Amino acid sequence: MSPPLLHVSDLQVSYGAIRALSGVSFSIAAGEIVTLIGGNGAGKTTTLRALSGLVRASGTAEFDGQTLLGQPAHRIVARGLGHVPEGRMVFANLTVAENLAMGAYLDRDRDRVTRNREEVFALFPRLRERLRQTAGTLSGGEQQMLAIGRALMGNPRFLMLDEPSLGIAPRLITTIFEQIVAINRQRGITILLVEQNANLALEVSSRAYVLETGRVVMSGPSPELRADPRLKATYLGG
Amino acid sequence: MSEFLQQLLNGLSLGAIYALIALGYTMVYGVLRFINFAHADLFMVGAFLGYFGGRLVPSGTLVGGLGVLALAMAGCAVLGIVIERLAYRPLRGAPTLNVLITAIGVSLLLEYSGQLVLGAAPRTFPDLFPAGRFNLGPVVVSTNQLVVIGVAVLLMVGLELIVHRTRIGTAMRAVALNPRAAQLVGINNDVVISFTFGLGSALAGAGGILYALNYPSIDPLMGVMPGLKAFVAAVLGGIGNIPGAALGGLLIGVVETYVGGSAWSTYKDAIAFAVLILVLLLRPAGLLGRVTVEKV
Repeated sequence: MSPPLLHVSDLQVSYGAIRALSGVSFSIAAGEIVTLIGGNGAGKTTTLRALSGLVRASGTAEFDGQTLLGQPAHRIVARGLGHVPEGRMVFANLTVAENLAMGAYLDRDRDRVTRNREEVFALFPRLRERLRQTAGTLSGGEQQMLAIGRALMGNPRFLMLDEPSLGIAPRLITTIFEQIVAINRQRGITILLVEQNANLALEVSSRAYVLETGRVVMSGPSPELRADPRLKATYLGG
Repeated sequence: MSEFLQQLLNGLSLGAIYALIALGYTMVYGVLRFINFAHADLFMVGAFLGYFGGRLVPSGTLVGGLGVLALAMAGCAVLGIVIERLAYRPLRGAPTLNVLITAIGVSLLLEYSGQLVLGAAPRTFPDLFPAGRFNLGPVVVSTNQLVVIGVAVLLMVGLELIVHRTRIGTAMRAVALNPRAAQLVGINNDVVISFTFGLGSALAGAGGILYALNYPSIDPLMGVMPGLKAFVAAVLGGIGNIPGAALGGLLIGVVETYVGGSAWSTYKDAIAFAVLILVLLLRPAGLLGRVTVEKV
């Protein structure tokens, strides 16, 4: 078996005196869709932030054989690790076009930027229609599409998505999740998906880790976890 | 009528200078969310760089004047970047109050080391640009006023182009909107912040020279009052808002000039603050500012 694309071991994060992660370990192979599920405050968002360099963490995290921890966020992006943050964080006063251009901030290859933009429009045709509109005027679902599109403009090999279903109309959730799967299948981008909507996350992923109060309490193939009675009771609505 | 126009011209040329300084306050606020009180002293440094630079070129020529202007802007840009690097960057992530107090400290350091090195006595600013005046209809226009307005307009147009048309300018707006998301697209926020300080300080340096052209007596504390008024202008326009700072500066300059020419002239320095209080009562976010909820 080839070494994993991302290997995380004993990841720990504290916010002042409050410990948010107390030793999280997992690994992801190239081409997989893996999901982290868990309730509020379980440490899902903190895990992603630690990996993309937004918060300081201890432990080890290796991406493609090289360490991630201690690197500034902008360097980590350059290595092909994209992060679509919780709450979307689009640049509200910038237009859709400018948001996408910012996504390609590090890419000096103009032809590739143009190609990536076309691929984003193919995934989310809505964005092409809204190109001159400021991002703050988009609906929640459209902002999520933009946030994903912006991350794809950075040529990621690995994409972390934080709660892409949060606060979005159900009809658009289906579209967005179909496109997440398409990103994985067609572009070969490995995906780490964080979701509160465990049903949905287990449906699209191959493997899952369950986080509770800062540690991994359960893991396995998604179909097995969907059938697990404990998980059913806690996260899958009975 | 002719007096009205004359005062409008005088007011606009004063206001254009306030606007240049206000832009620096507002840009730094945009990316770091604090008021750089040392900004007013870069205005003073700009004037002194002009004073000493003026000895190197033949006086009263357009080319020499523009050369000195460029020199002062470059010098202030470097100083602004160095100040940010040494004084503010180590406090990244510290409470805003700490940074504010540091800014006041940097301001006092510049003012009083200025007095130590240059002396407290005012010096006469040289004629950098060709001096003269002519009549435009009923209005008397001095060439210095033309220089002030011309340079200020060019710099503001240039700034607008940088902020809206260039990669680093868009990155500046991105950092101002959401520093975290900016990092996630690969922007090195420190580089953008340095650039912002450089840009704002260069504008303050230009403001210092333009001010000294019209009020040719300079001393190390000369930045205090114009700096305070430019700060008021930035808040008036909506702090963090670039067109707002320009508008606020022009407004304060014009109002101050009209009051200065009226029976209330004693109160001309107070008027900026009266305008500020009035605007903040009616529009707390400033003229062009948007009401935002402070995120925690």
